[in-house]
Amino acid sequence: MSRYSRHIILSEIGQKGQDKITQAKVLVVGAGGLGCPILQYLAAAGIGTLGIVDFDIIEESNLQRQILFGMSTLGKNKALAAKERLEDLNPTITITAYPERLTAKNAISLFNEYDIIVDGTDNFTTRYLINDASLITNKPLVYGAIYKFEGQVSVFNYQDGPSYRCIFPTPPKAGSVANCSEVGVLGVLPGIIGSMQANEVLKLIFGLGNVLSGKLLCYNALTAETITLTVNKSELEINKVLDHKDTFQDRQSAFNCDISFNEISVEKVIQKENVQFIDVRETHELPKVDIINPVQIPLSVLEQHLDKIDSEKEKIIFCQSGIRSKKAVALLQKNQINNCYSLREGAQAIIEHYNQN
Amino acid sequence: MNLNIKYFGMLTEVTQCQEETFLFSQSTVADLLEALFSKYPLLEERDFQVAQMQTLVSKDTIISEVEIALLPPFAGG
Repeated sequence: MSRYSRHIILSEIGQKGQDKITQAKVLVVGAGGLGCPILQYLAAAGIGTLGIVDFDIIEESNLQRQILFGMSTLGKNKALAAKERLEDLNPTITITAYPERLTAKNAISLFNEYDIIVDGTDNFTTRYLINDASLITNKPLVYGAIYKFEGQVSVFNYQDGPSYRCIFPTPPKAGSVANCSEVGVLGVLPGIIGSMQANEVLKLIFGLGNVLSGKLLCYNALTAETITLTVNKSELEINKVLDHKDTFQDRQSAFNCDISFNEISVEKVIQKENVQFIDVRETHELPKVDIINPVQIPLSVLEQHLDKIDSEKEKIIFCQSGIRSKKAVALLQKNQINNCYSLREGAQAIIEHYNQN
Repeated sequence: MNLNIKYFGMLTEVTQCQEETFLFSQSTVADLLEALFSKYPLLEERDFQVAQMQTLVSKDTIISEVEIALLPPFAGG
């Protein structure tokens, strides 16, 4: 087949290698900055069955780096739009879009249908969920993550190798590490890191070269430096996950709902009705936002005043700049209080917005 | 011993450098962290792992090599 001739004429791959690609089933979680190049190269290579999980919709600010999308797909679901684009690129493969959020409930059954899992997500909650579900279903996981100008790549759970928890045993404190939408990212960086992930997927399928298992590759786009760190397996961390595999699907919502999902902008807040505003700043902090009649509970004493929170309403939590309010949302979720949103912009933005309208 | 410490990702925002020479005479990674926290108090609030000679090591590892790296997790994708 002429489509794959440049692969087939490589003696290391040949028709045998190409047949392996056709038989492979790869699930890519996240069709964003990393997911787009991963999916593009995997579809082009002819991966027989390609799954795409993403609940998010395409926004204009995504187009700077999410190369499968364009103006005509703004507002569409990313998994569905990616599938449409990739079917044009390669109609000979089977592509399944899952326009939904990966959760502890659906992860295991989904992962069981694929051979290789690829992490292209943008938050720690889903990254730990993917790692643990890969361990439980015994699937190799091709990991990539980015921050501003730097990226990390590794392959986990491969031939009894280390997992993500062997490097970072527990998720960072809520809100302590920002994602791309908060701090920005060099557009080409996910292209580089995502392409490296696609390369690792193909190496796994071909059985070629040295898979990045037990290694964490760190790349800096500004210095063009790459450093590869050795990662040792921690049986302790892996067993902690495997010991709880029977209760995996019942994981608490505090772990399943990443707080970045629960951020809200001031424009959207204005449109909402039947909400309870909660000001988690200390009582002396200004400006006061009496216009929305908030309940005042400083973050430092929030856990002692959970009774003041209205379970019937959506809760909009705000502070000065959106950091303490994130912590408050995480804390409320931990206490099984749902429907909480952290206001991204803070108190001053509420006043400005109400004055304008 | 003069260590060569590399900082990655958001840690460079705390240290304001990507790399530095750091004089260190005690023994373990935990001791080194204590010394770094007193130089950079904000570092203590960050999540990261430590590598020695390009291998990730635990806090009770004795520092015997000069090449040290501090590696935070990245969320972005």
